[in-house]
Amino acid sequence: MSRRTGGTGGTGGPDAGRAGAAGTRGNPPLEIRKTYKIWVGGEFVRSESGRTDPIASRKGRFLANVSRGSRKDLREAVRKARAAQPGWAAKSAYLKGQILYRMAEMLESRAAGFEKTLGDSRGLSPAAARQEVRASIDRLVHYAGWSDKITALLGTVNPVASSYFDFSVPEPMGVVGLVAPEEPDLIGLVSHLAPIIVSGNAAVVLLSQAHPLASLELAEVLATSDLPAGIANLISGHKDELAPHLARHMDVQAIADAGGDRALSQGIAEDAAVNVKRVKRYAVPDYRAESAQGLDFIESFVEIKTTWHPIGA
Amino acid sequence: MRTAALPFDVSRVPPIDQAGIEERAASLARRSIKKGAKRTGIRLALSMLDLTTLEGKDSEGKVRQLCRKAIRPLPEDPALPHAAAVCVYPNLVSIAKDALSGSGVKVASVATGFPAGLVPLPVKLEDARRAVEMGADEIDMVIDRGAFLSGELAKVADEIFQVKAACGPARLKVILETGELETYDNVRRASDLAMAAGADFIKTSTGKVAPAATPPVVLVMLEAIRDHYLATGRRVGMKPAGGIKTSKQALHLLVLVKETLGDGWLTPELFRIGASTLANDLLMQLAHESSGNYQNEDYFTKD
Amino acid sequence: MSTTITTGTPEEKSAAAAVEKIAAERPRIEFGGAWDYSPAPESRDIVRLQKRYGLFIGGRFVPAKSGRVFSTINPATEETLAEVSEGGAADVDLAVKSAEEAYRKRWSKLKPAERGKYIYRIARLLQEKSRELAVLETLNGGKPIKESRDVDLPLAVAHFFYHAGWADKLEYAFPRHRVSPIGVCGQIIPWNFPLLMAAWKIAPALAAGNTVVLKPAETTPLTSLALAEICREADLPPGVVNVVPGAGETGAHLVNHPRVRKIAFTGSTEVGKLIQRALAGTDKRLTLELGGKAANIVFEDAALDQAVEGIVNGIFFNQGHVCCAGSRLLVQESIEDVLLEKLARRIETLRVGDPLDKNTDVGAINSKAQLDKIRELVASGVEEGARLHQSSCALPAKGFFFPPTFFTGVAQSHRIAREEIFGPVLAVMSFRTPDEAIEKANNTPYGLSAGVWTDKGSKVFRITSMMRAGVVWANTFNKFDPASPFGGYKESGFGREGGVHGLKAYVELS
Repeated sequence: MSRRTGGTGGTGGPDAGRAGAAGTRGNPPLEIRKTYKIWVGGEFVRSESGRTDPIASRKGRFLANVSRGSRKDLREAVRKARAAQPGWAAKSAYLKGQILYRMAEMLESRAAGFEKTLGDSRGLSPAAARQEVRASIDRLVHYAGWSDKITALLGTVNPVASSYFDFSVPEPMGVVGLVAPEEPDLIGLVSHLAPIIVSGNAAVVLLSQAHPLASLELAEVLATSDLPAGIANLISGHKDELAPHLARHMDVQAIADAGGDRALSQGIAEDAAVNVKRVKRYAVPDYRAESAQGLDFIESFVEIKTTWHPIGA
Repeated sequence: MRTAALPFDVSRVPPIDQAGIEERAASLARRSIKKGAKRTGIRLALSMLDLTTLEGKDSEGKVRQLCRKAIRPLPEDPALPHAAAVCVYPNLVSIAKDALSGSGVKVASVATGFPAGLVPLPVKLEDARRAVEMGADEIDMVIDRGAFLSGELAKVADEIFQVKAACGPARLKVILETGELETYDNVRRASDLAMAAGADFIKTSTGKVAPAATPPVVLVMLEAIRDHYLATGRRVGMKPAGGIKTSKQALHLLVLVKETLGDGWLTPELFRIGASTLANDLLMQLAHESSGNYQNEDYFTKD
Repeated sequence: MSTTITTGTPEEKSAAAAVEKIAAERPRIEFGGAWDYSPAPESRDIVRLQKRYGLFIGGRFVPAKSGRVFSTINPATEETLAEVSEGGAADVDLAVKSAEEAYRKRWSKLKPAERGKYIYRIARLLQEKSRELAVLETLNGGKPIKESRDVDLPLAVAHFFYHAGWADKLEYAFPRHRVSPIGVCGQIIPWNFPLLMAAWKIAPALAAGNTVVLKPAETTPLTSLALAEICREADLPPGVVNVVPGAGETGAHLVNHPRVRKIAFTGSTEVGKLIQRALAGTDKRLTLELGGKAANIVFEDAALDQAVEGIVNGIFFNQGHVCCAGSRLLVQESIEDVLLEKLARRIETLRVGDPLDKNTDVGAINSKAQLDKIRELVASGVEEGARLHQSSCALPAKGFFFPPTFFTGVAQSHRIAREEIFGPVLAVMSFRTPDEAIEKANNTPYGLSAGVWTDKGSKVFRITSMMRAGVVWANTFNKFDPASPFGGYKESGFGREGGVHGLKAYVELS
């Protein structure tokens, strides 16, 4: 992404021209702009780096400054994710499903805002923005319903030849790194994040670098959905800076690589070997399609545990 | 009836895992006993035999023949060891005593309302006492399985204790009838109980109930004996009985003893095999080992 | 107490004397020679060794292009068994090409049910030759004949039987997906279960419609080559299975070959990481089954005698050359003394020696290099202050042997508690509470297996669910079955072998 600090930098904004005489008769009051912070461990924080990147609309208009996450932010996110993950995994599937459904509810209630952000940041038409928000809501509902079916569909009872009861069940992998697609930012993020966390993983996400606004707003949805702090951590910033640290982090068990950047993917795949990380690379042609959801997305981030126990009296 | 406190702490009886004990017994069954080990093992098994006849139709003549077999299993081979004992019903004790006189073969008598044990305690005591009076060196008593399975452990222990007293100098073998106890946990619990109550031997079965002396059951009892010995210093003997017909089975039992209790129990003083037809199979195997020819049972006297 | 044996042979008299002696002492179980087993060697006549073995490529045994050979030995005697051709880059290339051609022209065109019939045939032939192959496995690898006979061979057969049946049922395993094979699979296997690992790899690959280039470990190539011969007897189309023996370099050629579509590797974590790195950015599929340092947790309420058997089986099975070996014993403090006393007594009954003897429990260490590694780690244990306990058994003068060993007073930080020893060496540590046990058990980069011993059902489910390991044995250890998925968490690798989950590694889903 190129830095665009000139022109509209600092004072520009969607309504800048109209806001000059805020509060005077005939003029709308001055808009309160949002400070976009990263979301780590359930808290909205400025990057430890103290740096920000300006985000512009497709046409180059300044929209906002977003925190540029650093490797220390990443480290903190993994720490928080690690601490939170066992508790999240231990919650009943029923409760996890309700929390994901709550995310859909919260997104629905703020649909208009997301549509506007998508329109501003990616230049989507109102209809297209609406479709993406609708699809994101539907995706959350889809995964909400998965929580209590995963084990039944991915688990097996294995007919071994000796006197043992033998069964295999899926378990979460632990902390999963997600390199979110650049576009579409909202449905792309939701489509990968939901299947990662629904099985009990915690996620550390490198957001779309070009279009992080809707994703950072999604943090506000997640924050009000009873999702335990630390289960999703959303970090904006420069992917090429952060991805190697994510891939080399010894406390990250797996990476969903949907970033779509060949060089970055190569580096992630190589670095992942440091602790035998599982890496799943995605190239999803159409995130709104039904093929962009389902059990396969969940299965990539579960481990299968097989347990043996003797049968006797 | 005297109500005694339990002579052992039931809560300390270890659990037994069925699959685990069965696998261990099966793995020991795969020991390969060949050549010298086979010959020595068969002779050892012969010396540990409690040659048994416990049928309603038993007669004086049958018991005398059995005694001759016990003293000299193979007439043409005087170097073979004699059996450890002859085991009979109480009414035939005096016959056996007479026939075995001076041979070193012991007389064992079943008692205490064998095989069910469902007679009043005074009758059990009298049964044992009379058998000893008539010359029994060893008494094979049965426990009250009904009482055991109902949880009346103190009653079972008290009966053993009193029978032991009634036996005087005779050694007491306590038959658990493991086939009726059903679980290995019960076998272990009954073993610990019997030893705590004074048993000199613990014995699997009457021979009237199947399953009887299965290898895992024997292994459970051997482990109980080992733990009792390590805790108290007292060596209790073991007697599997029931369904042991072949040399292979007998050698397998010796393997269980060797690898659980070690050298100390590889003696007729502490290990017996209760059987009626096993002797001939041991002899046939021995003949095969020395001649290389497979044998026909008609060359060996039935009793 | 006196003994009544008055007649009898000299053996019986010496037995009687031994009994007398023991009777006088304090309670102690004596495992001596009162009645000892005679040697019971399995005859090796059933195996007809060739002087030299070729590579199996395109259905024929051929020499390496380079002409290079290496010697393979019997680790129990150090005698050379045969010379084996060593596959180089050109041989691997030829093998991959022949596998690709077989895939394109024959194997992928076959009706799935017909594919299954070939695999059934292999299973039957393997069954018929079980005895010969068991002896060969023991000769070449050093494992006790009772294990190759009762574990390796029956399980290898079972793997072929199990997977044969999958060949025409793959759509049932992956509903809503179109299932197709991947293509040429490169498979690299270790020396601890040479034939069994070959079966684990080849059976599912063939069932799913792939063809195979297998590289056996350099110390144990013979049973893989015997399996190749069986493939030929089964009339398996040439090139469907290729076997290219060699060392790490041969494996690297296979990993890096551009026409290989999938790599399945079983071996060390170190090499696994190299392979994962090497395949980064390629479209090759990868499954890894790597090292382990499994905890075997024994609670005070466990069936202790069976737990001892599980501990023994966990660490001394196959000389401890087992990636999922229970190499860390975590014992609840309240029973530590009694359990270790039982363990010490039990290892005295382990019979160490000639692997071909049917009564041998612990055979030969697979190689000199491995023996050196075991010795080095055991020395480090002593140096770091742990207490060494070893069986008093005598070891054969020739060959590579190591006595059953355990360490007490081990700290989590000791090398013997952290590193995979891959030998008959157990590190014992204690714990007081379930949470402490869980924490210690999971405190390792590995996550292949774990064991839990308790008589309490609810505790079984809690502890097994908390283990970060792919296979958890509760009240048992080291059990395997083709229907049961096997594979690791964390640095023990990814992907499963066996069961429905194992199939996934060999199919393309769309």
